[in-house]
Amino acid sequence: MEFAIFVVFAALALAGALGVVLGSNPVHCALSLVVTLVSVAVFFLQQDAQLLAAVQVIVYAGAIVVLFLFVIMLLGVDKRESLRETLRYQRPAAFALGAIVLAEVLFLAGRTWATGASSQRGSLDAPVDGDNLNNIERVARSLFTDFLWPFEITAALLVIAVVGGVVLARRSGQPVELLDEADDEAAEEVEEEVRGHAEEGTASS
Amino acid sequence: MTLAAVEVTANYYLVLGALLFTIGAVGLLVRRNVLVMFMCVELMLNAANLTFVTFAHELDDVGGQSIVFFTLVVAAAEVAVGLAIIVAIFRRRRGATADDLDLLKG
Repeated sequence: MEFAIFVVFAALALAGALGVVLGSNPVHCALSLVVTLVSVAVFFLQQDAQLLAAVQVIVYAGAIVVLFLFVIMLLGVDKRESLRETLRYQRPAAFALGAIVLAEVLFLAGRTWATGASSQRGSLDAPVDGDNLNNIERVARSLFTDFLWPFEITAALLVIAVVGGVVLARRSGQPVELLDEADDEAAEEVEEEVRGHAEEGTASS
Repeated sequence: MTLAAVEVTANYYLVLGALLFTIGAVGLLVRRNVLVMFMCVELMLNAANLTFVTFAHELDDVGGQSIVFFTLVVAAAEVAVGLAIIVAIFRRRRGATADDLDLLKG
């Protein structure tokens, strides 16, 4: 049974990954990505990572892919992209590098790799202090003791990412207050600016 | 031995992770749409996550699962900033393919 589940979802994961790489429409790529992400969530479930499986579906499939789709719709880049390569040696070089990476990783995976001592950070199923903890409690115990400092730094990283995203995505060269005003002149100025940028873009390309 | 009795060992998951990682890496090199390149980065991060969880299961160590949380956070932050950069580029240059970004070309 476990093997059957593995085969089915491994096939789905690989098909989704190939769909991301080969699809010419970005929306189809995003939907293929969801297939892969959910398949990986199933593998998490099979390996006693129940919390991570839920987080995988909620954060990846629920938030990140939706963000991708928003940007695709916002920018209107859902037109087809030609997959023909203009650089001459780029395609063969890419496949050669991919083959090397695959050979390296398979070489590592096929060896006797398990050299570390097990359960440095706490066991996945042994009782702790006589209690039978579930997966969430075990991960929480690890996150808030061994990984407390990285966890706090993570908060800073997220704040920086949010501020950076806002700063980058607002119209450059215009103060934020100007865009909020319902002032016609300001709005016109912004329009002019954007049109100027668009013309620059078309002229230079 | 029947097919249903085959035991799924850690190597199965590791090989699958290697394949997913390679597909993502080749996609990153081959595609020119910046959004799809980002999706390929997500594929590679997911392959790494799968490997982490596999080793956590194999070595019976919860640390591998904790690390996946940090990978998820980094992936979320990377997507937020990356998509903001794409929006900014698109607004200025009316194109979101890597070939359009040739300002440094001699």
